[in-house]
Amino acid sequence: MVDHKASGSMARGNLPPLEMHVPEPRFRPGDPVDYSWLDIPPAGALPRFDEACEARDTLPATMGMIRVLDEEHAAVGPWDPRLDAETLRRILRTMALTRAFDDRMYRGQRQGKTSFYMKCTGEEAVSVAHAFALAGDDMVFPSYRQQGILIARDYPLVEMVNQIYSNRADRLKGRQLPIMYSARDYGFFTISGNLATQFPQAVGWAMASAIKGDTRIATSFVGEGSSAEGDFHAAMTFAAVYNAPVVLNVVNNQWAISSFSGFAGAERSTFAARAVGYGIAGLRVDGNDALAVYAATQWAANRARANKGPTLIEHFTYRAEGHSTSDDPGAYRSAHEREEWPLGDPVMRLARHLIALGEWDDERHAAMDREVAEEVRAAAKEAEKNGILGHGFHHPFHTMFEDVFEELPWNLREQAEQAIRERATKWPDRAPPGTEEKARERGEGA
Amino acid sequence: MIEEEAVSLHESPARAMNMIEAINDALGIMMGHDPDVVVFGEDVGYFGGVFRATAGLQAKYGKTRVFDTPINECGIIGAAVGMAAYGLRPVPEIQFTDYIYPGLDQLISEAARLRYRSAGEFTAPITVRSPFGGGIFGGQTHSQSPEALFTHVSGLKTVIPSTPHDAKGLLIAAIEDNDPVIFFEPKRIYNGPFDGYYDHPSKTWKNHPGGQVPEGYYSIPLGKARKVREGQAMTVLVYGTMVHVAEAVLAEKGVDAEILDLRTLWPLDIEAVEKSVEKTGKCLVIHEATRTSGFGAELVSLVQERCFYHLEAPIERVTGFDTPYPHSLEWAYFPGPVRIGEAVDRLMKE
Repeated sequence: MVDHKASGSMARGNLPPLEMHVPEPRFRPGDPVDYSWLDIPPAGALPRFDEACEARDTLPATMGMIRVLDEEHAAVGPWDPRLDAETLRRILRTMALTRAFDDRMYRGQRQGKTSFYMKCTGEEAVSVAHAFALAGDDMVFPSYRQQGILIARDYPLVEMVNQIYSNRADRLKGRQLPIMYSARDYGFFTISGNLATQFPQAVGWAMASAIKGDTRIATSFVGEGSSAEGDFHAAMTFAAVYNAPVVLNVVNNQWAISSFSGFAGAERSTFAARAVGYGIAGLRVDGNDALAVYAATQWAANRARANKGPTLIEHFTYRAEGHSTSDDPGAYRSAHEREEWPLGDPVMRLARHLIALGEWDDERHAAMDREVAEEVRAAAKEAEKNGILGHGFHHPFHTMFEDVFEELPWNLREQAEQAIRERATKWPDRAPPGTEEKARERGEGA
Repeated sequence: MIEEEAVSLHESPARAMNMIEAINDALGIMMGHDPDVVVFGEDVGYFGGVFRATAGLQAKYGKTRVFDTPINECGIIGAAVGMAAYGLRPVPEIQFTDYIYPGLDQLISEAARLRYRSAGEFTAPITVRSPFGGGIFGGQTHSQSPEALFTHVSGLKTVIPSTPHDAKGLLIAAIEDNDPVIFFEPKRIYNGPFDGYYDHPSKTWKNHPGGQVPEGYYSIPLGKARKVREGQAMTVLVYGTMVHVAEAVLAEKGVDAEILDLRTLWPLDIEAVEKSVEKTGKCLVIHEATRTSGFGAELVSLVQERCFYHLEAPIERVTGFDTPYPHSLEWAYFPGPVRIGEAVDRLMKE
C-alpha cells in the first residue's frame, strides 16, 4: 500500500503540508470582548456618488461605510438625507413600535400562545428606514427579519398577531409558521422558510416591472449567512445582465444562528464588495444609523428608477438577541458582544440625534415607549379574541386542502372528506362535520 | 386514432406539423393572445432554442417578451416566480429536463407553494417547458425522465404530450392555467412517432393522425386522459414516447388492449383509469423512467386500491431499469418491444 499522504509530501519535500482553514469567531461564551480590531470609518467620510455612476465607481463605498450620525449625534457629511424633524420622529416611533412588538410577541411565545417567534432587536433601522425611503407601492421581498417594513407601512398589528397565533382570523389560515407574513396590498411578498429564494424572485419582479414599462421597483433582503446560497449568485447575475430595477440588501448582523459571518466569507472581504464583481453598484452602510440606511436606500432606489440598474447594500449591524425563540446564543457567543458593539443601538442613536436637534427629549421618549407598548398590548389583546395556537379558534379542516391549486382536484376532495371523518371519530361528542362554524361560535374549536 | 374530446373552439383547418412546430405555434398564439406571456431560457431568444421550439418568436414579439438568459436554472425559475408575482404569465424553458435540478428549490419550495402559503395572495401561473426522455443516445444527462419528482410535489401539475396535436392544445391550456405546470416534451418524438424499433427507418408526423394540428387557438383540458385505442383485453396506462411503443407492440401481438395516454400525470384522470380497468380487469403500466418509486408505483397503487375486486391478474409495470441512463447500452435499458411484450404475454396468460 502506498501512503498517498506521505508520498505526496515526500515528492514535494520543500513545501509545507497543506492546512485547511476553518474560521473561528474571536469571542466565545465567557470571553471578554474587544472590538478595537473592527474598522469603523468616521461618519461623513465617504463622498456621495452620482446616482448614475458606473458600478465600479462605488468600490470605495463597498469597502468603507456610509455613516451619517457622528459620535456627538449630529448628522454630518454628504450622505445626510436632510430629513425634517417630523419624519425623523416618525422613523423613531416606528422603530420603537417594532421593538415593542417584538418584546410582546417574544413573551407571547414564552407564555405558550404560539410556537415560535423571531425578533429583529438591534436591526430596526435596517427595515424601518429602508421602508421610509421607498414609495409605498414598491415591492419588498423580505427575509423573516424585516417586520419593521410591515409596521412602517402601517400594516395592522392585529393582523400580524393573528398570523403569529395562527388563529381563526389569520389571513394565511394557520398554514404558515409564525412571522412568515404575506401582505400583497402592502407590497410585502410572502415570506418563505427557504433562505435566499426571494432574491432572484425580486429580480424577476423588477424585470417584469421593466418589461411592462412600469415605474415601480423591487427590493429584497437576505442575511449575510444566506448570501452564501446559490440564489444570491443567481439574483446578482440576473440583476446585472438585465439591469433590473432592484435594490438587493444583505443584512450583515454578524451571526447566522450559531455561525459567525466568517462562514459566509466575511474574513476575506465585505459583502458589499461582491457587488462590483457582478457589475452592480455596492454600498456598505452603518445599519444602526437610520439616516445612513435611509440615504443608501434612497440613492439605490433613485438609481433603479432612473434605469441605471441594481444596487447591493450591505447593512452592517448586530443581531442583539438569539436567532429565534428556539435559540440560546449563550451557547456559542460572548454575552459581552452586544454591550460592546461599537455601532450602538439604532433607536437610541436616532433619539439622541433628535434630542441634539432640540426636537426630542427624555420625557417624550419615555411617553412614546409607554404609548407603543400600549398600542401593541391592545393589538395583542384584540388578536387573542380570535384565539391562540392550540386553543381552538383555528380555521376549519377543509381549508387545509384549499389553495394547493386554484381548484380542488379529486385526491384533495377525498382527503378533505377523510380529515373531517377523522375529526368526527376523534371527537364524537362535538359538532358533526360541516358545522365547525357552530362549534367555533360556542368557543370549542376542533 | 385520436378520440376528439379536445375542446376545439373553432373548426379550423388542420395541417401537418411536427411536435416542435406545434409547440412553436402554441407559444406564438399565446404570446399574441396575452401580452403578459413571456418566454425565456438558455438560447431561446435570437437563436430560437436548441430544438428550434422558440424559432422566430423574438423577431415577432421583441426582446423583452422572448429573451436569452444566463445559464442558471435557479435564476430562470426564481425570476419566473417573481414575474408571476408581478402578474406576468412566464413560460421559461429548461434546455434539458436533466438540468432542471438546480431550479428544484424554486419549483418545489416556491412556485408550488406560493398560492398555498399566501392563501391565494400570490400565485405562480408558470409553465416550465423542458425536453425530456431518452431514445436519442443522449446518455446520462440528456435522457432522463424525472416526472416522479414533480408528481410528488403538492401544488404542481405535470403534463406530457405524445402527439403534435396534443402538444399544442395542452401547452395552450398549461399557459392559461393559473397553477404552475411542468410541461415535459418527449424529445424522441419531436420529429415523428417512435415505435421502439430503433433499427427501423424513422417516421415523421406527416402520416400520423396526431400530426394533424388545427390552425389557430384550441386547448385540451389538463387532467383528461386520451383513449388511444378502445379494447377489452387489458388497460395500458402510458404517456409520452411510450404511447407509440405500446401501441405498436400491442398491435403486433394482436392484443385487444385499451390504451390510455394519461397526458396529464397529475392531477390524474382517475375516472378514465378506473372505468377502463373495471372493464378489462387487467392493467399494464409503462414508463421510460426508472422503476423504483417511479410514477408507475403510484398508478399501480391507485389501481390496486380502487379496482381491486375487478383485477384478474397482478398489475404489470414495464419501466427503465434502476440505473442512470447509459449511453452505449441505450437499447438494453429502454423499455422496448421485448420487455413490454413479455409483460403483455404474462397478463394474457392469467
